[in-house]
Amino acid sequence: MSHTSSDHHGQRSTTPVAFIAFAWTLVGVPLAYGLYNTVKAAGALFGG
Amino acid sequence: MALPGFLQRERIVARPGFNRWLIPPAALAVHLCIGQAYATSVYKASLVTHFDTTLTAIGIIFSIAIVMLGLSAALFGTWVDRNGPRAAMFTSAVFWVSGFLVGGLGIETRQLWLVYLGYGVIGGIGLGIGYISPVSTLIKWFPDRPGLATGMAIMGFGGGALVASPLSRQLMSWYDPAYDPSVAGTTPNGDAVAALFFTLAALYAVFMMFGAFIVRVPADDWKPAGFDPASVKKKALVTTENVSANNAIKTPQFWLLWTVLFCNVTAGIGILEQAAPMIQDFFRTGETSTVAAATAAGFVGLLSLFNMAGRFAWSTTSDFIGRKPIYMVYLGVGIILYVILALFGSSATWVFVLTAAIIISFYGGGFATVPAYLRDLFGTYQVGAIHGRLLTAWAAAGVAGPLIVNGVLDTQGTPGQLVAANYRPALFIMVGLLAVGFVANLLIKPVAEKFWEPKAVTPATARADAERSPVR
Repeated sequence: MSHTSSDHHGQRSTTPVAFIAFAWTLVGVPLAYGLYNTVKAAGALFGG
Repeated sequence: MALPGFLQRERIVARPGFNRWLIPPAALAVHLCIGQAYATSVYKASLVTHFDTTLTAIGIIFSIAIVMLGLSAALFGTWVDRNGPRAAMFTSAVFWVSGFLVGGLGIETRQLWLVYLGYGVIGGIGLGIGYISPVSTLIKWFPDRPGLATGMAIMGFGGGALVASPLSRQLMSWYDPAYDPSVAGTTPNGDAVAALFFTLAALYAVFMMFGAFIVRVPADDWKPAGFDPASVKKKALVTTENVSANNAIKTPQFWLLWTVLFCNVTAGIGILEQAAPMIQDFFRTGETSTVAAATAAGFVGLLSLFNMAGRFAWSTTSDFIGRKPIYMVYLGVGIILYVILALFGSSATWVFVLTAAIIISFYGGGFATVPAYLRDLFGTYQVGAIHGRLLTAWAAAGVAGPLIVNGVLDTQGTPGQLVAANYRPALFIMVGLLAVGFVANLLIKPVAEKFWEPKAVTPATARADAERSPVR
């Protein structure tokens, strides 16, 4: 499974899309956890 | 000293076809970890009790770390640029993780000096190297969108605190069953904080090493599909020349930008530092405030969100409208917002919250946009090292901001009895500072030719230039 974009030499991407998705998930999940908790805390500001 | 082979820059040059969208998560893996530095308040009270000392003595731990951040970014910036992002991220991870281990040992053995040395000095070095480690690499991978790229990474630094705060509370509640984070006034014991330090060390080691091992640098002649460097040059102030870090600090542009960053950060810190008591004081009548402590904590959370979002959103916007105009917005609109805050902030909660939130988004945006501004002015050659030296403005603002606000408030009355009017002198000082920054930004012009590197020093640029029209 590969990314479909090409570089300036017209070569197809050799980086597996699954690996890119894994890397983004690895950093995205903690960030989402932090965002969720912060939004929950900020809710008190609006009477939540 | 020669680096081990697996850390050397030559070993991480991307092969043709490498997807550059793997670089932002590598950068985020590091910045999300070192962003923990802004979440130290979750265990501050516990350490005061554990070491039977003052809040100031514990606060010094954070201050040492930030000063070391500025110093190490300035001192090791050239080393980072020379050896590449993997060596930098690896080194940062070793220092950051060691800082937690030594700090944890200090808590466990009740030796505060070990915490100063561990988290403050050793961890602070990891902070500085880690903060600048992905910046020049991202700029090289995203020459078409440098603001977006650095915005993503530096957003991670803001996000790191959002992750570390709830995670730390949760972990400490497991290590000390008597501690309930949902009950105000309870604090975990020292052993729980030490265990937290050891746990964070293990988690951060895995995350940061992951970033170090997936990061790559582009080949000298690489450029994104369909990207024409000549289109970038069309924008005012943007150069395709290169200036070394040693020459950069001799230019007025560097010091003007240093002033811009210092003023923007000082103004933002002024609000961030005082956020919770400030909102209560603005809506105080006599001894009581209409804003409860829980609401004030929500306000701090909201500011963290705007701080993080501003880093990404404003830095990305700068790719479209240019770096100088976006700083005119940060500083110019910032002046108007500070005046509104000072004069009308106490008229309604929404006015206060909205104004402060936008100011903080500009504070975050200022941090995230500055690497791209440096790239525009000085080129990519040693942009990481130049960025490192510019971060001394952050360290200076970290001292100046709280000093100004606390100094003024000390002359106005007793904490817990202050009202909106007591904040006005400090807020108007910030207006003055922003005006200075605004003028400094206006004075920034392209860097003089005498500071440019000879073409031979930067072969990649020389090759790229050969393909496009003359720069001047």
